[in-house]
Amino acid sequence: MSVLAQAAEVVTQTPDEIKAAAGAQGAGLAYGLAAIGPGIGIGYLVGQSVQAMARQPEAAGMVRTTMFLGIAFTEALALIGFVVFILLKFV
Amino acid sequence: MIFGLEFPPIENLVEWPNFIGSDWYGFNKIALTYVIATAATAIFFLVANAGRKLIPRGVQNVAESSVKFIEDGVIMETIGPDGLRYLPYLASLFFFILISNLFEVIPGFQMPANARMGGPAFLALVTWAYFIIVGCKHQGPLKYLKNSLFPPGVPAALYILVTPIEFISTFLVRPFSLAVRLFANMLAGHILLVTFGVLCATLWVLGPLLAVLPFSFGMLVALTGFEVMVAFLQAYIFTILAAVYLGGAMHPEH
Repeated sequence: MSVLAQAAEVVTQTPDEIKAAAGAQGAGLAYGLAAIGPGIGIGYLVGQSVQAMARQPEAAGMVRTTMFLGIAFTEALALIGFVVFILLKFV
Repeated sequence: MIFGLEFPPIENLVEWPNFIGSDWYGFNKIALTYVIATAATAIFFLVANAGRKLIPRGVQNVAESSVKFIEDGVIMETIGPDGLRYLPYLASLFFFILISNLFEVIPGFQMPANARMGGPAFLALVTWAYFIIVGCKHQGPLKYLKNSLFPPGVPAALYILVTPIEFISTFLVRPFSLAVRLFANMLAGHILLVTFGVLCATLWVLGPLLAVLPFSFGMLVALTGFEVMVAFLQAYIFTILAAVYLGGAMHPEH
C-alpha cells in the first residue's frame, strides 16, 4: 500500500515540481563543477606567488599586485558558475 | 526544509520594497545606499580638503594615506607615472564601491548595494567606455583598433584565430566579467551571511540543538569579518582592473 501511495505521489508531481527538482540538482552540479578548475588554479597561483615572494622579498609588492590580478581573472569562472547556480535554482 | 530550517526565497533576500514611487523610478534601500555612498565619498574628500594643513591630522591623514594607497598600490604598479592623471576616477571608483559594499555588515542595512546587478553593470560600462575613449585619444581610433585587434608579433596566418578572440575578450568579456565579478562576490557573501543568520535563528528556537548554536554563531561572526575583507578586496580588484585596462589602452606594447 505504501509503495502504491509513493508511486501515486511520484505520478502526481506537477511539471513545476519536476522542473524545480531538476533545477536544484542541476544547480548543485553546476556550481560544484565550476568550482573545481578555479580552485586548482587559485591554489597554484597563490602557491607560486608565495614562493616568488619568499625567494625575492624585495619584489613582493609587484608579485602581490600581479597575484591579485591573476586571482581576479581565475575567480571569474567560479563566479559565473555561481551566477548559473542562482539562475537555475531561483529563476 | 530540514529540522524546521526554512530558507527564505531569494526574492526576500535581494528585492526591497520602494520607499517612494514604483516600477522604474522606485527609490528603495539599494538606491538609498548608493546615494549615501556617493555623498560619503564626496564629503570625505571635501572635509579632508577643507581643513588642509602641512602636517596632516585626522580626516586629512586618512584621505592622504588612502590616496597614497591608490597611487602606489594601484596606479604605479599597473600603468606607471603617466597614469597619475586617472587618480581622481580610480580613487572615487574605489571609495564608492568600498562604501556601498560595506553596507553588507552595517546593522539596519545588511545588504551590499552591489549585490544587485544594476550598480556593477553601470560601473563596468562607464569603465569600458572610459578605456575605449582613452585608447582612441592616445593612439587614434584606427591605431587603437589595430593594436588591440591585431597584436604585433603574431604570425599573419594566426590572425584568423587571434583577432576574434581579442575582439571578444577586449570589447565583450571585459565589461561583463568586471560587472559579474563584483556582483557575484557580493551576492555570494550576502547569501552566506543570511544562511548562517537563518541557521542561528532556527537553532535558537529549536530546543535540543541549542548546543550547536555557539559554533554556528561563531561562524556567523567570523564570516562577518571575512565579508569586510571581501568588500575591501573587491573594491581593490575592480579598481586595479580598471587601471590595467586604462593602462593597456594608453600603452599598447605592454
